[in-house]
Amino acid sequence: MKRITVRYFAMFREHAGVGEETLELDAATARDVFEATRARHGSSEPLGHCKIAINDRMTDWDAPVENGDTVLLFPPVAGG
Amino acid sequence: MMAISDKPIDTARLQRGVTNPAAGGYCAFEGWVRNENDGHVVERLEYEAYEPLAIAEGEHVIAEAQEKFGILDAQCVHRVGLLEIGECAVWIGVAAAHRDEAFRACRYIIDEIKVRLPIWKKEHYAGGDSGWVNCERCASHGIAD
Repeated sequence: MKRITVRYFAMFREHAGVGEETLELDAATARDVFEATRARHGSSEPLGHCKIAINDRMTDWDAPVENGDTVLLFPPVAGG
Repeated sequence: MMAISDKPIDTARLQRGVTNPAAGGYCAFEGWVRNENDGHVVERLEYEAYEPLAIAEGEHVIAEAQEKFGILDAQCVHRVGLLEIGECAVWIGVAAAHRDEAFRACRYIIDEIKVRLPIWKKEHYAGGDSGWVNCERCASHGIAD
């Protein structure tokens, strides 16, 4: 198990009811973290519309996560 | 230069910041808050950004535009917070030797910023409802262009 801090933004924060939480997860990749939090908070947002960052770096879904990482979950963006 | 601001965007001041003696063309884009989307009366918009990565990704986009189009300078400011109808939500200014690269770079920057930067927008409707706008819907309904 890894201790991962997850930060939620915009609609993800509203779904989760918190901006940040630290979870014990059996996660190997960024995708695993996304899926675990989606199940935890009942979100139906498809992964393909979202973005993810680990420790303030944008990354891809197959990037490995390590114990102590902070994972940022970004729902579909809409700047401009 | 990419910036995120919680204060009104002063476009005249920003324009002075991209002047360059080698520039023969200046192109700017302003995205404004409009009063309607998808049949809903919109009263105001609320923008949220994750500033460290919005700035980092914005700087990447600007560097790409400089590389692709050979422009002299490009800057972008995006608002966050609660914005009223008619307010400027995003400003992009590009200076180039000639108009063609200024137009093309400006278009490139706004298109990339809309889909790549961690910025979100919530519409507040007449009657008190609100909803997050997502980019797919944004693209299919031409919002904020």
